[in-house]
Amino acid sequence: MAELTQKERMKIKRHDMPNQDQVVRRGNFEEVALGYTEQTARVEAERCLQCKEPKCIKGCPVGVLIPQFIKALREGDMVKAVEWMKVKNNLPAICGRVCPQEVQCEGNCILAKKGEAVAIGRLERFVGDYELAERTCPLVKAPKTGKRVAVVGTGPAGLTCAVDLGRQGHEVTMFESLHGPGGVLVYGIPEFRLPKGVVHGEISYAVECLGIDIKTDHVIGRSFTLDELLSDYDAVFLGTGAGLPSFMRIQGINLNGVMSANEFLTRVNLMKAYRFPEFDTPVKIGKKVAVVGGGNVAMDSVRCSLRLQALLAKQSGGEPGEAHIVYRRSADEIPARAEEYHHAQEEGVIFDLLTNPVEIIGDEKGCVKALRCVKMQLGEPDASGRRKPVPIPGSEFEMEMDTVIMALGTSPNPLVFVDATGLERTKHGTAVADTETGRTKKQRVWAGGDIVTGAATVISAMGAGKRAAADINSFLKGEAPWA
Amino acid sequence: MYKIVRKEILSDVTKLMDIEAPHVARKARAGQFIIVRIDEHGERIPLTIADYNRDAGLITIIFQEVGKSTKQLGKLEPGDSVASFAGPLGHPTDVENFGAVVCVGGGVGIAPIYPIARELKEAGNTVISIVGARNRDLLFWEDKMKAVSDELIVCTDDGSYGRKTVVTEPLKEILGDAQRKIARVWAIGPAIMMKFVAAATKPFQVPTTVSLNTIMIDGTGMCGGCRVLLDDGARFVCVDGPEFDGHKVDWDNLLSRLQFYREEERIALQEYDHKCRLEGAAAEGGK
Repeated sequence: MAELTQKERMKIKRHDMPNQDQVVRRGNFEEVALGYTEQTARVEAERCLQCKEPKCIKGCPVGVLIPQFIKALREGDMVKAVEWMKVKNNLPAICGRVCPQEVQCEGNCILAKKGEAVAIGRLERFVGDYELAERTCPLVKAPKTGKRVAVVGTGPAGLTCAVDLGRQGHEVTMFESLHGPGGVLVYGIPEFRLPKGVVHGEISYAVECLGIDIKTDHVIGRSFTLDELLSDYDAVFLGTGAGLPSFMRIQGINLNGVMSANEFLTRVNLMKAYRFPEFDTPVKIGKKVAVVGGGNVAMDSVRCSLRLQALLAKQSGGEPGEAHIVYRRSADEIPARAEEYHHAQEEGVIFDLLTNPVEIIGDEKGCVKALRCVKMQLGEPDASGRRKPVPIPGSEFEMEMDTVIMALGTSPNPLVFVDATGLERTKHGTAVADTETGRTKKQRVWAGGDIVTGAATVISAMGAGKRAAADINSFLKGEAPWA
Repeated sequence: MYKIVRKEILSDVTKLMDIEAPHVARKARAGQFIIVRIDEHGERIPLTIADYNRDAGLITIIFQEVGKSTKQLGKLEPGDSVASFAGPLGHPTDVENFGAVVCVGGGVGIAPIYPIARELKEAGNTVISIVGARNRDLLFWEDKMKAVSDELIVCTDDGSYGRKTVVTEPLKEILGDAQRKIARVWAIGPAIMMKFVAAATKPFQVPTTVSLNTIMIDGTGMCGGCRVLLDDGARFVCVDGPEFDGHKVDWDNLLSRLQFYREEERIALQEYDHKCRLEGAAAEGGK
């Protein structure tokens, strides 16, 4: 394509990404968003105005060199595009799928002011997928430094930190409590949003390039304690996430059919319960499912529910049933990524907004029968700046339900704090760590991601892993000693 | 991969395996559990540690073949491996010199009660052990239990060996004998047995520790599927337990939750048996 003028670029409309048909996809776990073709990606890339002071980069928690990779992409130089990408982001095929771009890079894009932002996330995904298939630009390990680093947790924070440290020539060992690496990327985010093949591809590619050792089935705090790791390693990074589910303090929480979103998603995603009995782990889903919460985890749970119901209906005949989101605030406050909310609506999720459960009612066998809720209205803004939902007196009502999934947020797993003298925690159970460097109150221990912030996003965890890796590297080189 | 180095057949349906897992053995203590996953399609199965050998890096597990996964595990032989083996999980038993204690093991629960009895004995307690099973074939480790107990009572439901009674009967007799001054009771076995042990000790106000084996996935506090109701709220068996005060457990809720996946367990077993028969027939045909 000939060089376009800025005006011509601004005339190009943002390209939709093709999706799997909304009726068909309800009955399978395959990826919903199908990705750009090379043709579409290159035309979309032409929309970028190559700002002199690009705001998009500032919106990215890891600072991806966005205009640079987009320019290479539109010039058809994929190898160069990958190179630019990998300066800052080691896991682009993942980020392109799960980042909330609308509030990060794309939210900052100059085009978003008057019209629609460049589809940066979709372009990132395109570049990431290209590299996973072609492997043009393997990560290179700097000469060995002889320093050893333990990274605890193999989710987004740990992976990013490990890869950056590996590139610097340090010997990195990762510890994972589950049977495979990936953390929330494999147990939490469903196949239809982030295929496990992509996660495993990204991880194995990076790990092979850099010779990183991953020890699965290792529960830090049990098999080894933090203090023991410190005697074997020069530095330790804690990226154990926020894995502990919260339950509402209401009656009926221990009835059969009440699950945490963590349990539900782990069964479905990690253990592949949607393929039971080919895989051993089952999951029980009712005809009427209520998912309590409005975040990404709630959307993932409700959309998994729909799919399981459809699969079950296909096997046994009959109607698939219905899946609800029960959320105490209004649509405007839904914290989920816009695309997930939109997809959930398309797929037929019922949204019971401004509704809060007050009791789960069971039958004589101890199984869920109904969810008793109260209607809410929005009052004054609370600490989060959002208007606080308050119950409307006398508005209680019952909804017939047989499955209730609690997606109310998670807090850090306390196991890692066992025998970790000096590692400070907040009253919310999160680790105290410097936001810039990731340094905790314990010498030679860094932390980042959900263990510090509480449940947040994949990319913010990656950002924290990246900043910690930079500081660990400076520390190991003797440039930034522990004060 | 974790290698099975030894296998012992304790009864038709009860198998013992020593598994090479140095990362677990180095810290394992009585009362803790492990999670094993047989292969890439396998579920994560929690099993209480029956014994360990730190020097050799071995963990002993004992399991009863009750469902698809335990049947499949039971078919593996020394030299075979399992895909995952994580632990030690949960809190170890709180062992000190309490004076006189009773350790009750029912069925496959004899396995995890053994290291607890041993540690209690080593700590200077007078250990009275009661082991029971439905019949003689399901009993095992009588000699090992004898070696760590000051007194051992064996019973079977059908009277095929030892006393013909359930474990709670001798337990009540011992508790009723004021001379014995029982300070504590441990009970591990089927949930229903532990429920009745707790009910038997309650009138005597003897602290009673039970080890719960609920449905769980990760075993590290992540899923919450294992939650149990105590009289002061819910707890996670995997990280808050597996041992709890038996007098505080809501047993009816526990028993009901254990039933939740019964239909799926039946389907999985049926599919597995069917597959085994087909493979068996194919092997026959190939001869």
